[in-house]
Amino acid sequence: MSEYAEHDHYDHEGSKLGMWLFIFTELLFFGGLFIVYAVMRYKNGTAFEFAGKELDVFIGTLNTIILLVSSATIAMSISAIQMEKKNLTMALLGVTLVLALVFLVNKYFEWGAKIDHGLYPGSATLQQFGHGETLFFGLYYFMTGLHALHIVVGIALILIMMVKVYKKKIYKDRFVQLENIGLYWHLVDIIWIFLFPLFYLIA
Amino acid sequence: MDNSNLPSYLEYKGKYKGIFAWIFSTDHKRIGLLYLYSIMAMFLVAALLGLLMKTELIAPGKTIMEAKAYNAVFTLHGITMIFLVVVPGIPAILGNFFLPIMIGAKDVFYPRLNLLSWWLYIIGAIVAISSQFMGTGSPDTGWTFYAPYSFKTQSNILPALIGAFILGFSSILTGLNFIVTMHRMRAPGMKWLKMPLFPWTLYGTAWIQLLATPVVGITLLMVVAEKVLNIGFFDPTLGGDPILYQHLFWIYSHPAVYIMILPAMGVISEVIPTFAKKEIFGYNAIVLSTMLIAFVGYFVWGHHMFTAGMSETSLFAFSFLTFIVAIPSAIKIFNWLATLYKGSIMLRTPMYWAVSFLFVFMIGGLTGMVLGALATNVHLHDTAFVVAHFHFIVFGGLGFAFFAGIHYWFPKIFGRMYDEAWANTGWIIFFMGFLTLYFPMFLLGIQGMPRRYYDYVPEFHSTNIISSFGAFIMIAGLIVIIINLFRSAKKGEKAPKSPWGGKTLEWTIPSPPPLENFEEIPEIK
Amino acid sequence: MEDSEHKIVSFKTYGLVLIALIIFTLFSVYVTRLDLGNFSIAAALTIAGLKSILVFSIFMHLFYDKKMYALMVLGVLVVMTIVLIITFLDYGY
Repeated sequence: MSEYAEHDHYDHEGSKLGMWLFIFTELLFFGGLFIVYAVMRYKNGTAFEFAGKELDVFIGTLNTIILLVSSATIAMSISAIQMEKKNLTMALLGVTLVLALVFLVNKYFEWGAKIDHGLYPGSATLQQFGHGETLFFGLYYFMTGLHALHIVVGIALILIMMVKVYKKKIYKDRFVQLENIGLYWHLVDIIWIFLFPLFYLIA
Repeated sequence: MDNSNLPSYLEYKGKYKGIFAWIFSTDHKRIGLLYLYSIMAMFLVAALLGLLMKTELIAPGKTIMEAKAYNAVFTLHGITMIFLVVVPGIPAILGNFFLPIMIGAKDVFYPRLNLLSWWLYIIGAIVAISSQFMGTGSPDTGWTFYAPYSFKTQSNILPALIGAFILGFSSILTGLNFIVTMHRMRAPGMKWLKMPLFPWTLYGTAWIQLLATPVVGITLLMVVAEKVLNIGFFDPTLGGDPILYQHLFWIYSHPAVYIMILPAMGVISEVIPTFAKKEIFGYNAIVLSTMLIAFVGYFVWGHHMFTAGMSETSLFAFSFLTFIVAIPSAIKIFNWLATLYKGSIMLRTPMYWAVSFLFVFMIGGLTGMVLGALATNVHLHDTAFVVAHFHFIVFGGLGFAFFAGIHYWFPKIFGRMYDEAWANTGWIIFFMGFLTLYFPMFLLGIQGMPRRYYDYVPEFHSTNIISSFGAFIMIAGLIVIIINLFRSAKKGEKAPKSPWGGKTLEWTIPSPPPLENFEEIPEIK
Repeated sequence: MEDSEHKIVSFKTYGLVLIALIIFTLFSVYVTRLDLGNFSIAAALTIAGLKSILVFSIFMHLFYDKKMYALMVLGVLVVMTIVLIITFLDYGY
């Protein structure tokens, strides 16, 4: 922006539109994977149900609820910034951040346990099971891995938002960045809302 | 609103000096030129590869290279032409330069993101091309990376996949930027249906870029995962489905054809009214057909897979949809013809290109119908006929429109006129070369010559000689055109504000435009 | 350009939506425990759809924003659905 520094380009509506367009891209990105999932499951229905038993419904449900709560808290933080409650905004963002970290820790233990059982792409155990199970776990690692990567990015973004709120770069009249990060976080939540039944609840 | 006293965007002195004043510039016009130079460089490399292929095919058996080298050459030709030249092509060069001006804005909505797109383009290009120079040999899969060969081949396919993935991001960000720009930055009074047609086609294109590119992004990532982690999505020996790869690949790559051709149609819709001295005929129909092409074009991908072993239902569905999508393209052709009808036609260089566009585009479109019909497709699938068809559409359609556009807007971009006699000479050589090169390939295809082979049976020899001969003529024309434009950018006569009497906003500002285009944002009545 | 007013959504609304989402989640776990055959995945996905409608409309403000955003989201979902259906023409039939 060097040459444009003197101009003030703040356009709340436009920035939000840009974020929505990015979200559409993300939806289609995961959409491609959901198509693959649908086809694979259609062709290997029983094997998928069998393999789904290996996943822990309790951890899955817990992680779903964790993400839902974090979605609510980041939404609330946007209301809080509009009410000029800076500390409350910081607190709500802090809670979101902690929940996101807890989600990742859960995921770490979940993946760790699976890998200890020899369930990972290309493992000897999986090859004994058969094709359907191999594909199920291939998709499981690929999709939840990509989702986890989005969580990691989200954590970084939320941290940046906290710094900006703290430094008053984001305030009552200029909060579109926070709103956009909120949109991103909800998207991550929506994708998990679908991943959860497709992997954990099909046993 | 005379702002000719301001320094032009070419002369403007910013924070940086020398080349940095360009590669770190967020001005949409400078970024447009960055794209122009980088895409042109890529285009010349890929055109040279094409010439090598045609030289190889001038006689049966080995002429200048072995089969393996030929495989590598057509792969690199395809990857470079598709991902580095024609997909970014018109939107990134002419779109970047003229979209903001034509809607009366000072820049795009996200100037820095625009610069980032260019950087991603360069990084993607370097990564993709690095596959040639390191590792275990050049990729030999063709630009389509069909599974399972793409992860079984010993050649160095990973950089090509990752490069294409990065280029996808560049394309998505450009599309996103354009949509927001058109939603938020149209000049006051410019309602949606008062927007010129070139921006409209960019709008349709941008939606395809946004919604189709991520699908190929994820598909390429899956092939990477397949190769590195051995997951088995597309590997039949692990229970995967190689046809599914083709579905996913073409879900992007067919709409990508519309990413290429829609902006080309936009350029033609600007050039023809200007040189026929008439309003465009059926503005609303063109807008509507643009959006229809963008929408329906999303659902016809399966016609690339008619012989891959799909179910009969999908064969019928895809063939039907393919015929449907031809309708809006035909509507446009009729609109352009009706615009020419009773117009006061000025035959200048851009108009030569535009009219020859109509000719080659129609041949390309109609042979597309031949391929979209199920029965003929079985005979012609993967033959030289297909190659001829998509070169008529992609090179004939997009290439001719691009040259029409660059000759139309050249005075605005560089502030100088070009030598029209040389430009016309270049055009006629190029046009004749183009027809001599690709027309015989229709015949070869009908006779049964497969594509992607370095060798052929002696029966095809004479037709191949004509075709290869055409390639040399076409390249000669290209050289004339490019040298003429390069010389003129430096030495041409100074151009007036509006050398052709164009009606859109870019002709109301000085040539070349000042840094922020308009001193005062114009109001549209 | 016309800008919509930024509506401040109350904490209470968010709280209620969150409770509804959690109930939906637990309910979907419960439903898939029952033996419903092929309907159990359908039920789970329907509930996931309802949940995502809640997130889209309240958390992501589609309900309060200009209708353009809701229309765009709808359009994108329609495109995705058609693509999925057309892909399945090759597998299901």
